[in-house]
Amino acid sequence: MALNKYQIAERIAQEVKDGYYVNLGIGIPTLVANFVREDISVEFQSENGILGMGPFPWEGEEDADLINAGKQTITALPGAAFFDSAMSFSMIRGQHVDLTILGAMEVAQNGDIANWKIPGKMVKGMGGAMDLVASADRIIVAMTHTNKAGDSKLLSSCTLPLTGVGCVKKIVTDLAVLEVRDNAFYLLERAPGVTVKEIQEATQGSLVIPNEVLEMLK
Amino acid sequence: MINKTVKNVAEACTGVKSGMTLMLGGFGLCGIPECAISELQRLGVDHLTCISNNAGVDDFGLGLLLQTRQIKTMIASYVGENAEFERQMLCGELEVQLIPQGTLAQRCQAAQSGIPAFYTPAGYGTEVGEGKESREFNGKMHLLEHAFKADFSFVKAWKGDTAGNLIFKGTARNFNPNMCGAAKITVAEVEELVPVGTLDPNQIHIPGIFVQRIFQGTDYEKRIEQRTVRTKEHGA
Repeated sequence: MALNKYQIAERIAQEVKDGYYVNLGIGIPTLVANFVREDISVEFQSENGILGMGPFPWEGEEDADLINAGKQTITALPGAAFFDSAMSFSMIRGQHVDLTILGAMEVAQNGDIANWKIPGKMVKGMGGAMDLVASADRIIVAMTHTNKAGDSKLLSSCTLPLTGVGCVKKIVTDLAVLEVRDNAFYLLERAPGVTVKEIQEATQGSLVIPNEVLEMLK
Repeated sequence: MINKTVKNVAEACTGVKSGMTLMLGGFGLCGIPECAISELQRLGVDHLTCISNNAGVDDFGLGLLLQTRQIKTMIASYVGENAEFERQMLCGELEVQLIPQGTLAQRCQAAQSGIPAFYTPAGYGTEVGEGKESREFNGKMHLLEHAFKADFSFVKAWKGDTAGNLIFKGTARNFNPNMCGAAKITVAEVEELVPVGTLDPNQIHIPGIFVQRIFQGTDYEKRIEQRTVRTKEHGA
């Protein structure tokens, strides 16, 4: 069975290590915070100006002056800090943020990513994504393996306008965990009950299949 | 102490003319200069170039100036959540420059700091880099980006004093400090205007030197764009 968005987030949470400062993009990445182990210390950065972001507020405790980059109301944990946008991107560009998790419309086998524009159809803008992918050392993409039309989102080269070049290292989809290695997608893990053949069929770009492909760890 | 206080938003907006370039603080609807936006709508100035991270929603924030077709060019990083904006952009009525958020912030900051241009890796190899000077530093390619030039900067702070010193609250800080002193005239509106000497100098985020006009804002709506809460049943 392909994973749902919560299970994708749960798998990605295993990549979050003790002591990391993490930036979470909008959508599935936001859910990752719910699955991070409780015995490790992690701080979430939101590029609109908070480090130490906490969960959603209890009903009635929402504060219009306290939101995340998705414009959702949030809380600040003890030890949190607020800062301006230029400082926020100093954290990002200056590589002080350890891990970036974001969504994508397409990823290419060379690590290119596209997630901000469909010409003539959808133009929302890149927000902070271009700054994040241009500077981050560790980037994990969280997305479905195929789009709503059933077309692969793991391609030999991106067809949509790029967000960044050669920057994606790891991808977690509803079907598999993959790494970008030597201009190909290297298959690391498959979702429980999903066959290598299904992953192959859903991947348009070059896919390297090692002798043994383990089922994802829960 | 130099007094930067003006009576009200009307006096604060004196000198704003059609065709000018304006900076407006805020992220989404958080920390936007609500009073200044209402006044700009009332003044009816048009052909404006607006520099702001977002373009508001259909009926609030900069969306109000889009409704009245007062904006000619929008410079922003993210413009979702606004149907009227999308319509004007796709049919060519509105000119839009989308730029990476960090680059947007730094172009404000550079204008404030008197730095004419800087290099950043954001957008290299994408359409953002087209026609821009690029250069390699430490084995990585970067784009040359320029400081903004603007006529007015409208910011919103939580507290301010008559000398123009400002304190922001929560994530309503965002672009506001970076836009202070980044235009010819900076106008700050505050939720609470206090006499000089009331604010602790240790707590001031933006010194009054970056602010030309300050006024007590009124009737803040502080609308929430995405109200998300935990409920006792689903809470964790």
